[in-house]
Amino acid sequence: MNTTARRESYDVVVIGAGPAGLAAATTAAEAGLSTLLLDENAGPGGQVWRAIASTPVTERDHLGADYWAGAKLVEAVRSSGAEIIHRATVWSLDRNLEIGVSLGGASFFVKARRVILATGALERPFPIPGWTLPGVMTAGAAQTMLKSSGLVPDGSTVIAGQGPLLWLLAAQILRLGGRIDRILDTTERRNYFAALPHAFAFMTSPYFAKGFALMRQVRAKVPVVSGVTELAAAGDGELATVTYLSGGRRETVPAELLLLHQGVVPNVNLAMATGIEHRWDDLQLCWSPVLDRDGNTSVEGIAIAGDGAGIGGAEAAIVRGRIAARAAVEALAPTAAARLAPMATFRGALVKAERGRIFLDTLFRPAPQFRIPSGDTIVCRCEEVSAKDILDAVAIGATGPNQLKAYRRTGMGPCQGRLCGLTVTELMAQARGKTPQEIGYYRLRAPVKPITLAELAAVPKTDADVNAVVRG
Amino acid sequence: MTKLADAIIIGGGIHGCSTALHLCLAGMKPVLIEKDYAGRHASGVNAGGVRQLARHVAEIPLSIRSMGIWERIEALVDDSCGFESHGQVLVAENAAEFDACRARVAELNALGFTHEELIDGPELRRLVPAVAETCPGGVVSRRDGAAEPARTTTAIRRKAEALGATVVEGVAATNIRKQDGLWQVDVGADSYAAPVLVNAAGAWAGRIAADLGEPVPVETVAPMLMITSRVPHFIDPVVILRGRKLSFKQFANGTVLIGGGHLATPDQDRNETVLDWRSLAISARTVFELFPVMRSATIVRAWAGIEARTKDELPVFGPSARHAGLYHQFGFSLHGFQLGPGAGAVMTELIASGGTQTRIGDLGIERFHSSTP
Repeated sequence: MNTTARRESYDVVVIGAGPAGLAAATTAAEAGLSTLLLDENAGPGGQVWRAIASTPVTERDHLGADYWAGAKLVEAVRSSGAEIIHRATVWSLDRNLEIGVSLGGASFFVKARRVILATGALERPFPIPGWTLPGVMTAGAAQTMLKSSGLVPDGSTVIAGQGPLLWLLAAQILRLGGRIDRILDTTERRNYFAALPHAFAFMTSPYFAKGFALMRQVRAKVPVVSGVTELAAAGDGELATVTYLSGGRRETVPAELLLLHQGVVPNVNLAMATGIEHRWDDLQLCWSPVLDRDGNTSVEGIAIAGDGAGIGGAEAAIVRGRIAARAAVEALAPTAAARLAPMATFRGALVKAERGRIFLDTLFRPAPQFRIPSGDTIVCRCEEVSAKDILDAVAIGATGPNQLKAYRRTGMGPCQGRLCGLTVTELMAQARGKTPQEIGYYRLRAPVKPITLAELAAVPKTDADVNAVVRG
Repeated sequence: MTKLADAIIIGGGIHGCSTALHLCLAGMKPVLIEKDYAGRHASGVNAGGVRQLARHVAEIPLSIRSMGIWERIEALVDDSCGFESHGQVLVAENAAEFDACRARVAELNALGFTHEELIDGPELRRLVPAVAETCPGGVVSRRDGAAEPARTTTAIRRKAEALGATVVEGVAATNIRKQDGLWQVDVGADSYAAPVLVNAAGAWAGRIAADLGEPVPVETVAPMLMITSRVPHFIDPVVILRGRKLSFKQFANGTVLIGGGHLATPDQDRNETVLDWRSLAISARTVFELFPVMRSATIVRAWAGIEARTKDELPVFGPSARHAGLYHQFGFSLHGFQLGPGAGAVMTELIASGGTQTRIGDLGIERFHSSTP
């Protein structure tokens, strides 16, 4: 296995090998730019095509045609001339386009003339009472196990939440012979009306037929409770029951596993730590980077493509990856750009890929009570800080997430706010009568993924330093 | 409209907040103006060292004065500030460094200061069991310790406000001028006027001094720090090295803070810093060699706070040499946190009674102008 990149600097470094990153790296490398694709996972595919090159699930129907579509992009990048390094964790990126990378227990730095961030999405936090109990996990985590190891739940299982991924996961679990006892749908009834004006665009989008087919498959096999307005997990040391309220009726069901999901949000940690400007997105209820039409950020030389640029799904991610890469080619090698497909083609494809998104965003806008918890419900898992603790801090003067750190250390644990940041922003905004934009977000800092002291100590600086470390 | 106050303080770091608090205790009504929020920069993100150890002789009296306030900080601001007193230890890594420690302690003793104490190898290892066997000894200042910087600055600010200070955050003070015998500043749509102006603006204070005709050789720096995940408790005192740039402290929650003064590149107009990971790697290597127990710890965050460093690395503290009613309190050069409580108390004495018993004569701004005609 290689332990460093082949070169010290590249024309283009792409971070993340999901749909956007694969497309971006392929486009840049095919245009003749020296291109490095850094990816954290063992193989290409990101989340949506996780383990595309290695999954033990061989029955293609079980994962669906959209999953296997990723294989073509993987082939393309492998023959594009891009250098690809897997299991490479990017833990730092700065304004000088210097990138700190952790690989095989050591760290190295590479420089880029252009950086394309394709760091994808994260699941939105789902802070209900009991969500920190063993036995409660996110749907995304369950899907990771399913794709990479073929593992599906066999004990009593409840899935709760909303959104396309929830239905996709349910269908995949059922096809692989897994067990689901009940699905608790938290989609707000009023969202159906709000989404109605956008329904036509959605019906002409590729999501429509696929989405409804999936839901039909699942509903045929699993009882689905809709209009769930309250949700709580309980148990002594581990999950035992799930209690919910629907249509005025409260019910408690036994469960060994509760899978929670209420959509995905851009994974902004690396971009924010780099100092890239972000803005609150009132429809998607998350932070999104401020971008121009080519995906360029507020930091010169850095573009963002894929769901990290705002949730758009895999199809849109591929196109945005190509747009960002083409823009990089135009900037670095204008003559080579002439050989690529024209930008107008990509922009047309993007409009098509994004059709129906606003319908999904409106329909699956999570309800306030599932985003903004109260009382003893834990918000910050790393430091065990509850909603009430945060409101108490607000009452004595904490004005925003960064000030809150001085009171409760929220966001200062190993997750760097991934599991609490959105909740803290919205909770404080509500408590102070401000908008999330006014309240702001944690100032994030590298390393955006923890690295060991030994690993940093081993960063090569000069030959003499390298020798000193070897001796020490 | 112009609002009157007894004093205008520019800068909501620990120094500005402390001066605001002590002015309130003296019965005055100050207004504190902070362009971001209290503790946003160095005061909120420094290493939190509460250290008399290894200070320049010129600032030792102020440091000792401050230590007395730290020891009753909870009674003063209704918050413990996370202050813990487990001592600070300076480690000598070889015989030459140990000799230098011996000379330093003798020098302080001759001047009448007794807070630094020479310790031999066995006492060093009793205090810091994890330190490498090869270290021959060091110096300890037993009353020293550490506090949580953001929590401390926030608590002092909160108490000052509770006692009647006006705290204006999120708007910069502009158009600083003396008019009709009063200091006046614009703050957004408002103006404030007061007979006293305290320049405690940290990295931004040099510009204010220069604009008022008192330039000081000062640069903006951003010392870097990093913190690890929780590791089992293994060390109580704060440790600093005599010969290498390293400071080291384990918090009660198990996390370990690693600092020592390696610098990031500051961009003060953007409120940003670009970290220098190659220098942080040197700190990591030093820790790796001295504390093997730390080798598998993970680094969860690194950062740098923006502050001012003067040419002689001593603060600019005391009345202006040029304007009546103007006072400077900046340029603490990477070691101002511990001085905050004491400096606020002494500054208040200077403002309210025109003098202080605490020896600060060598810290005045005139030292930079005495040689110019």
